[in-house]
Amino acid sequence: MDIFTIFVSSILINNFVLHYFLGICPFLGVSKKLDSAFSMGLSVTFVMTITASVSWLINHLILIPYNLDYLQIVSFILVIASLVQLVEMFIRKMSPPLYQAMGIYLPLITTNCCIMGLALLIALKDYGFIEAVVFGVGSGIGFTLAILLMAGIREQLEISDLPEPLRGASIALIVAGIMALGFLGFSGMIK
Amino acid sequence: MKNRTLAEDFYKGLWQENPIFRQLLGMCPTLAVTNAVINGIAMGLAVAFVLIFSSVIISSLKKIFPPQVRIASYIVIIATFVTIADRFLQAFFPSISKSLGPYVPLIVVNCIILARQEAFSSKNPVGRSFIDALGMSAGFMLGLLILSSIREILGSGTFLGYQVLGSWFKPWLIMILPPGAFMTLGILLALAIQIEKKLKSRS
Repeated sequence: MDIFTIFVSSILINNFVLHYFLGICPFLGVSKKLDSAFSMGLSVTFVMTITASVSWLINHLILIPYNLDYLQIVSFILVIASLVQLVEMFIRKMSPPLYQAMGIYLPLITTNCCIMGLALLIALKDYGFIEAVVFGVGSGIGFTLAILLMAGIREQLEISDLPEPLRGASIALIVAGIMALGFLGFSGMIK
Repeated sequence: MKNRTLAEDFYKGLWQENPIFRQLLGMCPTLAVTNAVINGIAMGLAVAFVLIFSSVIISSLKKIFPPQVRIASYIVIIATFVTIADRFLQAFFPSISKSLGPYVPLIVVNCIILARQEAFSSKNPVGRSFIDALGMSAGFMLGLLILSSIREILGSGTFLGYQVLGSWFKPWLIMILPPGAFMTLGILLALAIQIEKKLKSRS
């Protein structure tokens, strides 16, 4: 697969939320307002890009040469946790407006399955370095796209008259199902 | 909280605090692996293994961890058991391990496990933590079984690989694809809320 195909398919076809079911918690939890959904998407894209490159380097420079691949899970989760912490400190020092926009969402991302899932998927698919980074950026954009669409729909749902049991997470899941159905249509784009 | 019996610790995981239907925890594996009953069972067992062992270890070691690094220590312990489960599946059930893909290693970031450690095991004795973990895993397994049965029967007309619906049945392909997962879980959640409301109004 060439780089462009990886980019497009990670946004539209193999969308992290709607195809891999990764990052469902923020997708349901932070999608009530458009602006907070955008901040969340921005933070996830940012962390995903860094994670993609760092986890690839760790996997290919440390774990594989020394036959330590059984430590993959432990090392990835520790690296992600410390990375998020570092990024948070860095942004707080360097760019207060950016910290304002995504500050509170950064710590939440540590135990977010989409970041860990990204690191594992890159290892599983055996991508090269450039491909891994492109996959990370594309997946982040795909996540942002899905959560923004969801937030837009949910802002409308808030004011509509729904039967009580359907309110909240139930209707959000059904809407996500219909969205996934729509995104399924993109799979014809790449053969 | 004070006078809860062991049986209550167990049963609350089944319904009152069911991880899937009531707490909405662990949604990612729930949606991803329930396209066939066998995958649901394998996932349920893997989560049960990790949850029970890490609960027991963490509740027996809870006095040793300094509070500042407790989350990090929990994560390392959980990751160890996840690695064991992942390696075990790869060695003895390679086909299941293949169809579960990255979702077994992803148990490490599954919110159910960390949430139970933080909310229960770090505060309660070993015995109760064990029962609590057992109940939570049973509740999670129950949710996975319900969801995967619906999806497999409607999506391929089979149950555990055996044909259950006759040849007149045209499988709803959508049920084993991602949209089916979202919609089925959404409808099940609505049902759970409705049942809970009925139960409350009766008592």
